[in-house]
Amino acid sequence: MYGLGILKGMWVTLTHFIDSYVEDIKWLGRNRYYSKEGIQHRRSKDTKGIFTVQYPEEKLPVPEEFRFIPFLVYDVDADGNKQDRCTSCGICAKVCPPQCIWIVRTEDPVTKRPVPEPVDFFVDVDICMNCGYCAEYCPFDAIKMDHDYEMASFDRHAEHIFNKEKLSKPASYYAGIRPTNYNREETLKAEEAAKKAAAAAAKAAAAAAAPPAGSPPPAAPTAG
Amino acid sequence: MTDATTAAPVEQSELEKRFPDAVKADARPGYAGFVVETSKLVEIATALRDEMGYDYLSSVTAVDYYSDAPNAENFIEVVYHFYKSTGGGALVLKVQTPRDNSVVPSLTPLYPGADFQEREAYDLYGVNFEGHPDQRRILMWEGFAGHPMRKDWKEAFYEEEVKPFKNRWPEGQVYRIEDRNPFNKNNKYPQGFDPVGFKETDDPKLYEVLERAAREYSEDIDTEQVVVNLGPQHPSTHGVFRMAVRLDGETIVALKPVMGYLHRNHEKIGERNTWTMNMPFTDRLDYLSSMSNNFGYALAVEKLMGDKAAPPERAEYLRVIMAELTRISNHLWAVGFLLNDLGAFFTPSLYAIQERELILDIFEATTGSRMMCNYFRFGGVARDLPEGVYAKIKDLVFERLPRKIDELDIYLSENELVRSRSEGVGVITPEEAIAFSTAGPVLRASGVPYDIRRADPYSIYDRFKFDVKVRYHGDVYDRYMIRIDEMRQSLDILKQAIPDLPGGAAGGEVMNGKNPYQVRVPAGESYGRVEGPKGELGYYIVSNGKGNPARYHVRAPSFINLTVLEKMCVGQKVADVVVNLGSIDIVLGEVDR
Amino acid sequence: MTDTNPTVNSAGYEVPPELRQNVAITTLDKIWNMGRRYSVWPMMFGLACCAIEMICTAASRYDLARFGMEVMRPSPRQSDLMIVSGTVTKKMIPQIVRLYNQMPEPKYVLAMGACASGGGPFKEGYNVVSGVDQYVPVDVYVPGCPPTPQALLHGLMKLQEKIDSESITSVRWYGKDDIPAIPVPLLGPDLIDPRDNELIKQETSKKPAAPAAAAAPAPAAEAAN
Ligand code: SF4
Ligand code: SF4
Ligand code: SF4
Repeated sequence: MYGLGILKGMWVTLTHFIDSYVEDIKWLGRNRYYSKEGIQHRRSKDTKGIFTVQYPEEKLPVPEEFRFIPFLVYDVDADGNKQDRCTSCGICAKVCPPQCIWIVRTEDPVTKRPVPEPVDFFVDVDICMNCGYCAEYCPFDAIKMDHDYEMASFDRHAEHIFNKEKLSKPASYYAGIRPTNYNREETLKAEEAAKKAAAAAAKAAAAAAAPPAGSPPPAAPTAG
Repeated sequence: MTDATTAAPVEQSELEKRFPDAVKADARPGYAGFVVETSKLVEIATALRDEMGYDYLSSVTAVDYYSDAPNAENFIEVVYHFYKSTGGGALVLKVQTPRDNSVVPSLTPLYPGADFQEREAYDLYGVNFEGHPDQRRILMWEGFAGHPMRKDWKEAFYEEEVKPFKNRWPEGQVYRIEDRNPFNKNNKYPQGFDPVGFKETDDPKLYEVLERAAREYSEDIDTEQVVVNLGPQHPSTHGVFRMAVRLDGETIVALKPVMGYLHRNHEKIGERNTWTMNMPFTDRLDYLSSMSNNFGYALAVEKLMGDKAAPPERAEYLRVIMAELTRISNHLWAVGFLLNDLGAFFTPSLYAIQERELILDIFEATTGSRMMCNYFRFGGVARDLPEGVYAKIKDLVFERLPRKIDELDIYLSENELVRSRSEGVGVITPEEAIAFSTAGPVLRASGVPYDIRRADPYSIYDRFKFDVKVRYHGDVYDRYMIRIDEMRQSLDILKQAIPDLPGGAAGGEVMNGKNPYQVRVPAGESYGRVEGPKGELGYYIVSNGKGNPARYHVRAPSFINLTVLEKMCVGQKVADVVVNLGSIDIVLGEVDR
Repeated sequence: MTDTNPTVNSAGYEVPPELRQNVAITTLDKIWNMGRRYSVWPMMFGLACCAIEMICTAASRYDLARFGMEVMRPSPRQSDLMIVSGTVTKKMIPQIVRLYNQMPEPKYVLAMGACASGGGPFKEGYNVVSGVDQYVPVDVYVPGCPPTPQALLHGLMKLQEKIDSESITSVRWYGKDDIPAIPVPLLGPDLIDPRDNELIKQETSKKPAAPAAAAAPAPAAEAAN
């Protein structure tokens, strides 16, 4: 029968229409909107009816791996001083596909050896493609991808080359947004430290030499 | 290493026997195929097509072998990849031509699918194709100074020959590159150029060609014909694509696609990048299906790298799972927007996008970005599935998507209005589909059962049971239906792959060895191709053993499928143009690169 | 420019007589701005990858309609906002400038994504314009590659903020003078911005000195071949 196809199609739209009310009724008493489980439901396999997540009142939770503009991680030591994790080894700058990272290195005025801490660090966010390579390949877990995407601004010329100050965020922030990664890295680090300590202890015991006192990590594992 | 790119030995020896003087096997280490005499190219190609069954000219591209060292042997090589439409590996022909005044006979009269690709080689490399019916620039505009892909051509923002740039690290001098340009812009002009009173030459030439084509269509131009430009800003062109259409009343008498409005110099940048850096750039080719783009590029490079980059089992499965999910999400989008073009404004696409969002959630959770996944690495994938994602994929594939695809099918496929607007419209016969080098759903909707996953299997596709989907009318309706079929087929593959995933939800090894930030790729060439959602997505790469590709070419299915658009549209009504275009399913990032 | 007009509180602008009290104007501003901020009609105009995210923003999950912005107009004549969503190329910028010129005032431009803001990952390319703001004025920049739909919504809310801060007495489009159209760039040997003509002539008539060193060897090398 001519028109049957159209009717079938309209039936589909009608069910969608009805579903949005049925769902709301089903959720009566529970919060379908403005609640965590509500949003969770709307992105699950059973979602039906209203699909909208009402930004800005509701926000879709970003997954842990989400990447949006890198930031630099610093640790806070016992005295409350900021301790950059970055050693200005340059791997992130070398691997960055659109080449939007600039690292200003410095050297010790006395010893003329490079200081393993950048004087400044720039990311041009108007070039950055959010690829996550810098975070992926940084050997010191010093640069990570952020979750904060609400960065719209009225002016780019003054604001869109981020400097070190603007990029730096504490390790606690990092732990907050990427707990799994953070914990994995910390465990790895702890293991490594333990191994090192064990090796050092063994060495010390064997050679009875003074153990090296807290030497900084090697500056640049240069390759290629 | 190059097993997939070498032809069956029978043809090899036969070719050499038939043309003993004109054909030489390419002896450079890491290379395959034959170097043929320029003057014999047409003859050999005719024999290939008519006698040996290599009827599908998949890819045509040029390579600039250039070094500014004195006495360096500099030449441009044009590379052709031939396939049989019945399946099997490639036969690669190459012709070499001097850099200045390079002339190569055109294969367009033999293989119409070479049309745009030769124009591209002319545009970017300055290779002249003798006998090409319409040799104009295609990505840049007429009048642009120079052929930008040549190795000695430098752009205005040229910094250094290859990345990484020294002034990022260790020098660390921060600046915006435009501040170093006299115009504060990405521009440069030849000596003595006077901009005052300058006249553009691109459009007049286009209209000339259009008129010529109209005369070919019918000699007697009695009626007043009008030229209509659809695009580049047009709601139904799926991006910044333009079609110059010549109309006789409502009937199209000539149509020329105009592209390049999104030409982002992917290949030029790709040759400056390191091998690793290109991966996120491939995301931005066909930005609706970044995983497939990653896949093709990873395959091409892994082919050159050999066994040390063989991905572990789990990674292979993850690749297939992601690629098939991508296909579904891409086809959802394509179907939704095809219906948009048919007049069902936005509701079907809203339903389709809803399912796509759920798939994107999976991508976002796994890779960190909804669209620009950057997930594949040489020898594996970037990271394992995070917690809970495996279950999510399972839920979607086993429960939700089959239901929703059925719903879409019921919703639209039998709608009489859809059918009357799409049946019998834009018909492409199987012969034409092959001759025009169309790929993917367009080819299969015309009755050619050619699917690279079967014809020339890669990764682990030979482990799954699935039939190549094919439809026989070659019209818009079949090109719509084939996408619905393929979504179901992808679900079938997923249903086999997901339970087999080694390690399951628990996780496992996903990289072969470490994931180094710089890779060494042995010298040689390779062509990696996958069956992307839009068709054959191929990467032709040439390595000279350094950290950067010497040549990086993308055989973009959207771009080459467009060659057939004129054929589809001429003689039809103007209202069908957008539908025909929608049924090809182009993405401009890939068309223009 | 009439600089001698003491009767109105904002010289040079034609304010209707009934609005000539400041109080009236500020209250009116509120209503006026509210009307405008909830009915920004974007142009249906997508350039690249970011456009896909823009479409997703208009689709059911993010639903632009909640902001009164769902009416995507394919014609510049009916739209208030141009969302430049993607890489701006040299071949495309003449059309973008034309479209911008055709939009009626009040008009806004939102640069979505790294590409539209400042060139993005493809900035170094020979066919890429490093930021649409080199040709048309941009009101809001949304960084990201691509900005997620929520980031775009945040940008649109910023735009609403901007609209809120405008006053009917000082906006440019009620000024007495015509707002000059932006000259459309031409596609020559490279993109020609008519505003730069003088500079281009100056530069190209220079004797091939230091800057030409990079460009000069090319033909020489070809000839030597
Ligand atoms: S790779 Fe890490 S440690 Fe090295 S310069 Fe970059 S951020 Fe610093
Ligand atoms: S995310 Fe990618 S593009 Fe951005 S700074 Fe890091 S490496 Fe560079
Ligand atoms: S900013 Fe990124 S996502 Fe947007 S158009 Fe540019 S490359 Fe594409």
